[in-house]
Amino acid sequence: MKINQKIFLQLGISFIFFGLIGILINNLTINLIRTGLGFNFSWLFKPASFALAEYPLPYTSSDSYAWALFIGWLNSLKVVISSLILATLLGTLIGFARTGKNSLLRLISAGYITIIRQTPLLLQLMFWYFVGFLGLKDNMFIQIKNIFNISNQGIEFSGLTFSSEFLALLLGLSIFTSAYIAEVIRGGILSVSQGQWEAFRSLGLAERKGLIRIILPQALPAIIPGLTSQYLNLAKNSTLAIAVGYSDIYAINDTIINQTGRAIECFIILLVSFLLLNLLITNTMEIINKLILKSRKYS
Amino acid sequence: MRRLVSGIVGLAALLAGCATTNQDNSSRLNLIKNRNELICGVSGKIPGFSFLKSDGSYQGLDVDICKAFAAAIIGDSEKIQYRPLTAAERFTAIKTGEIDLLSRNTTFTLSRDSSGGNGLTFAPVVFHDGQGLMVKKESKISSLKDLANKSICVGSGTTTEQNINDAFESASLPYTPIKYQDLNQVVAGYLQGRCSAMTSDRSQLAAARSGFKNPKEHIILDDVLSKEPLAPASDGQDQKLADAMRWVIFSLISAEEQGITKSNIDEKVQIAKKNPQLKPLRRFLGIDGGLGEKIGLSNDFVVKVISSTGNYGEIYERHLGQNSEVPIPRGQNHLYSKGGVQISPPFN
Repeated sequence: MKINQKIFLQLGISFIFFGLIGILINNLTINLIRTGLGFNFSWLFKPASFALAEYPLPYTSSDSYAWALFIGWLNSLKVVISSLILATLLGTLIGFARTGKNSLLRLISAGYITIIRQTPLLLQLMFWYFVGFLGLKDNMFIQIKNIFNISNQGIEFSGLTFSSEFLALLLGLSIFTSAYIAEVIRGGILSVSQGQWEAFRSLGLAERKGLIRIILPQALPAIIPGLTSQYLNLAKNSTLAIAVGYSDIYAINDTIINQTGRAIECFIILLVSFLLLNLLITNTMEIINKLILKSRKYS
Repeated sequence: MRRLVSGIVGLAALLAGCATTNQDNSSRLNLIKNRNELICGVSGKIPGFSFLKSDGSYQGLDVDICKAFAAAIIGDSEKIQYRPLTAAERFTAIKTGEIDLLSRNTTFTLSRDSSGGNGLTFAPVVFHDGQGLMVKKESKISSLKDLANKSICVGSGTTTEQNINDAFESASLPYTPIKYQDLNQVVAGYLQGRCSAMTSDRSQLAAARSGFKNPKEHIILDDVLSKEPLAPASDGQDQKLADAMRWVIFSLISAEEQGITKSNIDEKVQIAKKNPQLKPLRRFLGIDGGLGEKIGLSNDFVVKVISSTGNYGEIYERHLGQNSEVPIPRGQNHLYSKGGVQISPPFN
């Protein structure tokens, strides 16, 4: 291809690209004007006039829509971070079991991964909530000296209360993501050459110690990128909270759209808040990745 | 080079496609007639109002209202495409033009009607409802006060959510709302014992209870938290469609006032044709006056409507009457002459 042909092609492609974006924006503006909507964010500061079941910071129904959205974002953050930790722990254990020497554990973990990965998350969440937690009848509740309380209202643990909705979402998301994380971990471990295993065994290191000290550090660079994308998926999947009655940002957005009729503004807010949440995850993982690579260089 | 040419051709096609979508600022009424099909937004999940039967057809009061509109606009009450919508989707569906009109248990409120709010317009009320609370009989809860500090299952994104909050806040009672996206989940949460009470419009509570294993173990409290006038809705900028919808609903009520039913409509038309002195009847049935044309319909739209759905009373009896699956006493929904509030302005 000649140089001027190349330039022509580049120009053509960018023309098409910007043209498409232009058409979309133009369409949106025309339609907004046609339906008499037009952008406006002043409603954000009007009182929300709906109550919430859980709020990490003080909230009443006379607080503003903006505050309600922020509470929703915190609720999302709470469930995302806690299931991120739980899923990583679970996933790592299962990943180890899947690559370990014990054939029973290998079989069980393979079965776990198969079942969890072949069924939809929405179904699993509904199962944990409607069958798992709400299935706990009042006469069945477990109580240990007022410290630990389980009923279909949730779990009370030394003054802290976790609602059934939060727990179902936490458990559902963690278990679902853990199956994927286990596979990422397994892939990472398998990427380390067999020679490394033989090497630490010949030095007389115990199997577990060798896995943690020798194999895992070498597997991490292969694991981290896969892990990051699983974390991002987890954050996005948390919007399924609406199916189990948890007040995350998506559920609160839903209510606000209905009360104010500001669908486009609300979706923009939703997009931005997820972008922020996921950028937070991506950047943290990036830092971890860099630290690992750095430590490997000098070791 | 060939790739570039095909790209430019594709873009041109795209531009042409987009150009046509932004046209047509005239009424949707013409669009419906040209399409020869009415796209009607319904719920599809509320027995008695709109419910998907096992044979795949929709049934209920809201569905019959769609049929009346189709009969009036197109002339055939079967030319309808139903769109089941959730409470949260319904207004966006109107504003984007995905549906022509909404007949889905929608409460008529100021912010929904106004151009500064949802920007809709409402047809006359087809069912006067009120929000209530349902509790288990064994719980011994008998009023709002007994529900202090309890959890209440509520559907999100509806006026229901706001009303329950207003009621509890004005009585200074703390409570925990457990919000679900649709009524089936609210029912599941309530039956599983997550909440002490569930709240919704009283008609929906009655409809939901009819499907319970032991309907008699649940009671609907006497407290009525709100007025819920349920009405069909359409885009607030389309005055022509709104006028047509308004008078189709009034024709159903007016027909009941005049004792015109599905079975005697043909007879009434014959009588009107033979007797020129029966002026109001002749105007109503479209023989004189040309009233239908004024609202963009055919002059005999009333005849088409009544012969396909019957009058308002017949529709009510069919879906919510004593012998129906979801009996709800007619109460406020009676004609004004029988102690209710349903009334039609004159067809002049």
